[in-house]
Amino acid sequence: MDNFFKKTDLTRVEAEKIVDDTLLNKDDGELYLQNSINENITLDDGKIKNTNFTKIYGMGFRGVCEDVTAYCHTNSINKKSLIDASKSINSTLRSFKSYKHNNSIRRTNEKLYSDHNPIEAKSLKEKIKILNTVDQYIRSKSNLVKQVTASISTEKKSIEIIKTGGLTLSDNQPLTSFRISLLMKKGSKNTQGSYATGGRMAFDSYVNENNWKQVCDEAFRQAEMNLDAKKAPAGEMDVVLNNGWSGVLLHEALGHTLEGDFLYKKTSVFHDQIGNKIGNENITVVDEGNISGRRGSLNMDDEGEKTQRNVLIENGKLVKFMHDRLSAKLTKNTPTGNGRRENYMFAPMPRMTNTFMMNGKNTREEMIKSVKKGIYVDALGGGSVDIVSGQFNFAVNNAWLIENGKLTVPVEGATLIGSGPEVIKKIEMIGNDLKLDNGFGTCGKSGQLVPVGLGIPSCKVLMTVGGSKT
Amino acid sequence: MLKEKKELENLAAYCIGKSIKLSATNCEVKVGNIISETVNLRNKKIENSDRSDILSINITTYINKKKSSIFFTYIDDENTNVMIEKCIESTKLLPDDKFNSLPNKKLLAKDVEDLLLFDDTTISNEKKLEYLKEVEDAALGNRFISQTNGSSFNQSKSNFIIANSDGLLSGYKKSEFSSFTDLVAKKNGSGMECDYYYDSKVYLKDIIKPKDLGNSAAKLAVRKLNPKKTKTESIPIIFEKRISKNILGILSSAISGSSFARGTSFLKNKLNNQIFPNNINIIDDPLIKKSIYSMPFDKEGVKSEKIYLVKNGVLKNIILDSYYSRMLNKESNGRASGLSNTFFEPGKHSYEDLFNSAKKLILITDTMGAFGNATTGEFSCGATGIYFDNDDFYPINNFTLGGKIEDIFNSIILANDLEFKYSKNCPSALITEGLVVGGC
Repeated sequence: MDNFFKKTDLTRVEAEKIVDDTLLNKDDGELYLQNSINENITLDDGKIKNTNFTKIYGMGFRGVCEDVTAYCHTNSINKKSLIDASKSINSTLRSFKSYKHNNSIRRTNEKLYSDHNPIEAKSLKEKIKILNTVDQYIRSKSNLVKQVTASISTEKKSIEIIKTGGLTLSDNQPLTSFRISLLMKKGSKNTQGSYATGGRMAFDSYVNENNWKQVCDEAFRQAEMNLDAKKAPAGEMDVVLNNGWSGVLLHEALGHTLEGDFLYKKTSVFHDQIGNKIGNENITVVDEGNISGRRGSLNMDDEGEKTQRNVLIENGKLVKFMHDRLSAKLTKNTPTGNGRRENYMFAPMPRMTNTFMMNGKNTREEMIKSVKKGIYVDALGGGSVDIVSGQFNFAVNNAWLIENGKLTVPVEGATLIGSGPEVIKKIEMIGNDLKLDNGFGTCGKSGQLVPVGLGIPSCKVLMTVGGSKT
Repeated sequence: MLKEKKELENLAAYCIGKSIKLSATNCEVKVGNIISETVNLRNKKIENSDRSDILSINITTYINKKKSSIFFTYIDDENTNVMIEKCIESTKLLPDDKFNSLPNKKLLAKDVEDLLLFDDTTISNEKKLEYLKEVEDAALGNRFISQTNGSSFNQSKSNFIIANSDGLLSGYKKSEFSSFTDLVAKKNGSGMECDYYYDSKVYLKDIIKPKDLGNSAAKLAVRKLNPKKTKTESIPIIFEKRISKNILGILSSAISGSSFARGTSFLKNKLNNQIFPNNINIIDDPLIKKSIYSMPFDKEGVKSEKIYLVKNGVLKNIILDSYYSRMLNKESNGRASGLSNTFFEPGKHSYEDLFNSAKKLILITDTMGAFGNATTGEFSCGATGIYFDNDDFYPINNFTLGGKIEDIFNSIILANDLEFKYSKNCPSALITEGLVVGGC
């Protein structure tokens, strides 16, 4: 564990006293201390472009009264900064005279990942060697490969949370990711492919020869497939999504609208739908922060609450939103372990962890066979959502045209759009092949990025496809 | 209190000295202090306050043609030493890259022109709240605005210096005041729609009047209510100003030095070729006074000047830093930090003329997803808009736009309503053909 009080004029006892003095007459809050180191090595254009080493160190102090949050953060962990932060919090919250202080927290000793530092798993020299081998491997697959970018990023994030009464919680969060993107060129046509792997387990479990070759092969497959792709169709049609990363559909179309801050603000399109049937009964959607080793998993969230399995939609019925302590309090629910922040520069808010849909009964073959005209989505890109209207979109990297139950030609240049409440009613078939993604999801909300996991079985759904062929 | 220039310079001098002592042949250091204070209001009640004070250091060390960099938030000198040692250690292990080196000395900024980028005024949190209450009073005065999704006022001040071992030492203070409101509209029986408006200025006195902010956002949200769906068809498209500016966004990705040098741009072979109709001119001017997007020099310390990116429809300049300019056998044009204030010269047509050009067309008021792919040249996104059908018009949503970026470039017709509001500024733009609307 990092000792944040070793090299400063602030002792732990003094910090705890300032926390008590500031927060005991507030409803909630904490002092959040962070020390993160991140190493990124990128190979591009056949050479190691740069190595970047980043250290994020600092503290964030938060006080909450009713639905008002005062937050103050700085890179300097010392007595003066903490006293200044305390004054600033008191100034914002001075009008609150009555309070219900609550520092109870649901803790856990369960460890979903070991306390290791993936940056030190291999020397810089060894990592450079891996990237060079990766570059040669991809380029040897075809002389149409014109550009390769490969990167290894490793991180160790140490956090400590100090609440009133000397209650402290800490966690070390390792994270590794290995990414590939490539460009192929045939005539005047450029195509791209990209894939990645990663998570919180040991470095070697992601970056080993067997694994990196699979990542390269998948990125290459995507780019190669688009060399002969035709224009995607436009209009509403049946879409069959493959399993795994297509879970980004759930994440965007439903996940964000089930975040607790949008419940107490009544801005989610689903805010008044708890207990109602919102989709067909095959649909069960889960957010689970305590799966061992995954990118979206956490031993505790950024408020110190233990993470857990939360069933959000059960057999088509909306049962639960995801909460941080604030949204839980304001909506009279219990926290669900979803209070997350990118780093000490932000107050926490309800965020997803690993979000996925449970298995249905169909096979992917059955779904494709049942489509007269539509597309089969083989690789989705990223997406976004407007939680108020429920409209979402995401980019399709690779797809096939389905004609009379058969995959005919690859198509490119499509966006998928829809609205969450409508699309969940239009999921017609759900596969029996649930797969979680390969560990490369990053979710953005209000300017904060956090690592997440996704998953979905293959599904058939009616959606609008934004190609350019009428 | 914002750290004074001298303190930042001392830190930079220390880092350069230490790096050179530890065998760096060259070194570049950026030291920045940002203090930012934000207040958020929601439904006329304070929601949160946030104060941030960050001092950070960014160091790039060179050992001949090897290069590595490190970024950290300042703790103490001992930690700074550890960071520099780590950086040097990494640098030694890296392979040579012949294009690695500090910028050409001749290009470095020496006498920095005062672009009036700093306002000494401060606004207290109480005054920010008063401003925001006026914003929300105006917005909620509109009977179709049911609630606010939050309104915020931010004051941000920074002091920044850049120094390198070739003698560069430059820097400046910057201030930014910005206000924002996000509103939810609802009519009886309709779904909810939201939209936002914001303003951002160097000088506090120039910021939009709170009433105007609230009213502008309210208008945008209300006009989205009760949207219809639309059918799949090819139809002329008008991009509103806040959307048409994205044409410059996709252009800037496609003409970055890295995408040219690495061959990943769909425009790679188009330098000095026609890429727009010949009445189109696009300028990037980093020296506009009092603009938050202005910069006297880029992040490598290279002096920036006004350039034409596109003149008479021909691509004249791309975005160059030192590294990629060497690779392309050119000179840096001071754009290591990207573009600054970029704009289309206005066209000749009035906004109304654009609408008179066809009996049926769609005005795009919002898009979702990436505005085109600069590698493949494909264009596809989700959209929201207003359908104009002869004398009738109504809001539509949940449709897509698809085509090729070059179709947009080739058939663009600009109105004469250019205003400087964003870093990229474009008049309202009519795209006569090439885009397909995907609906139901």
